[in-house]
Amino acid sequence: MPAVQAENISYVYSAGTPFERPALRGVSFACEKGEYVGIIGHTGSGKSTFVQQLNGLLTPSEGRVLVGGVDIRSSKAALREARFRVGLVFQFPEYQLFEETVYRDISFGPRNMGLPADEIDERVREAAVFAGLSEAELGKSPFELSGGQKRRAAIAGVIAMRPEVLILDEPTAGLDPAGRDSLLANIDGYRDRQGAAVIIVTHSMEEAARRADRLVVFMDGLVALEGTPSEVFRHAAALREMGLALPAAAQIAGKLKARGVPLPDGLYTSAALRDALVGLLGGSYAS
Amino acid sequence: MLRDITLGQYFPGNTIVHRLDPRTKLALTVCYMVALFAARTWSGYAFMLAVLISAVAASRINGKTLLKSLKPILFIIIFTVVLNVFFTAGDDVLAHFWIFKITKQGLVGAAQMMLRLTMLIAGTFLLTYTTSPLALTDGIESILKPLAKIHFPAHVLAMMMSIALRFIPTLIEETDKIMSAQKARGADFESGGLVKRAKALLPILVPLFVSAFRRADELAEAMESRCYRGGEGRTRMKTLVMRPRDWVALAAGAAVISAVYALFRRLP
Ligand SMILES: Nc1ncnc2c1ncn2[C@@H]1O[C@H](COP(=O)(O)OP(=O)(O)OP(=O)(O)O)[C@@H](O)[C@H]1O
Ligand SMILES: [Mg+2]
Repeated sequence: MPAVQAENISYVYSAGTPFERPALRGVSFACEKGEYVGIIGHTGSGKSTFVQQLNGLLTPSEGRVLVGGVDIRSSKAALREARFRVGLVFQFPEYQLFEETVYRDISFGPRNMGLPADEIDERVREAAVFAGLSEAELGKSPFELSGGQKRRAAIAGVIAMRPEVLILDEPTAGLDPAGRDSLLANIDGYRDRQGAAVIIVTHSMEEAARRADRLVVFMDGLVALEGTPSEVFRHAAALREMGLALPAAAQIAGKLKARGVPLPDGLYTSAALRDALVGLLGGSYAS
Repeated sequence: MLRDITLGQYFPGNTIVHRLDPRTKLALTVCYMVALFAARTWSGYAFMLAVLISAVAASRINGKTLLKSLKPILFIIIFTVVLNVFFTAGDDVLAHFWIFKITKQGLVGAAQMMLRLTMLIAGTFLLTYTTSPLALTDGIESILKPLAKIHFPAHVLAMMMSIALRFIPTLIEETDKIMSAQKARGADFESGGLVKRAKALLPILVPLFVSAFRRADELAEAMESRCYRGGEGRTRMKTLVMRPRDWVALAAGAAVISAVYALFRRLP
């Protein structure tokens, strides 16, 4: 059974007003436990709208969402349960911090879950380790942290609920390369430890190529392409038409091939390209 | 959702009503209000209704949208009507119970008050629906400019108004976003007693204030770095110009007032 599943979802913003705007037009999607899914697509293609359907923040005008096989609209309790099982981190989550201390802010979710005090404490400390926040920082006001630390504290607030599906909407936007890498590594760590599914909305083809098991490409409120990174990046022309570029490594590989360098297909991460080139050069050096 | 409220919203368009100078529209709105309160007979109300309907038709604003926007004010209208029904003095008593009596005059007065209020509000909404906030504040600034001689801060007032109007949608959007983010962490804004609900607002209000102050700071810096230093000597990219159509519209407004005073002033 998929951890979370969307069946033929449609959604219209401001329905019934002159500003009516269809944002999703029949999207079906399923995600298994432990899977790492990347969602890419041009700006305005409906990615953020779609992920907000998965934990029931938006109500689809058509279609339904199942979490652990249960329709999240079947009862109020099911909806609440889905909110905790599917953890959603919004873009720029640091703007949602509100408590007096970082500790209290991270514990907001677990407290809403009605957990016993000792379990809340355990989860907060675990999530703080995830976020790389020290004991001293837990006692600080969230507004005293640096931008990157604020972001991590906010993500820790969702992680502390131990969701089975962790969804992050452009988690690395506005972070420096080091901050980006360590955040993504932390998310990997969470997935390994909890066996949770991770769904990441991203504009970075490199990130999508390197980490995801599966890519879903959105276009005008529809899923235009879906598959493993190598399957998706094979459709270079279609992607370009949607306003998306291939990862830099795939672009370089394509240009080299056009000049007659005998590279194999399916090179879209810099590591794979490097290995292939070293292999080729090694061979020609030897001869 | 929060952002679906249409109160004071602008619907872009390119009709004659949209193209009129904002000052003309402000003046016409005042004319309309004066005429509406001067009209005293049923035929007078019918006349004013016809004026309103033709203005709405000319602006191509959906009548349903206009009616829907009256919803938030429905309570005030009902309240006024009830007050009028029960507390208008009169001798033609229709029903009598306890300390209340319902008179014919009361019923008529209430019906007229209801008509007047709905038409008044619909008319002013038509102004904000067809005039962008920027044009509206430009118009107000231009009208208030003569008062600068007595040190009335017309420019500052207009700038404050346009900034406030500009940031209302932004703040609504922000509130929406913060609410969603807290809901994703299991916050519950819908159940519980008054105290619990008030407490539940804290996770929204704190981030909202923080971001409002941040925005204010950023805006101030952006304005300063573009050398904003108040209204003195400031020129405009789009200057307001009265065109022939504006004078025609103003003449029509004056004609409506005169017609009402000449024809519909008799008390029923
Ligand atoms: N709250 C809203 N009200 C009205 N329309 C909206 C709202 N949010 C999004 N839209 C519209 O719905 C469409 C899909 O928006 P969405 O935010 O899901 O796109 P996205 O793929 O996440 O884009 P981005 O990459 O820029 O974040 C857009 O065309 C947008 O204009
Ligand atoms: Mg988005």
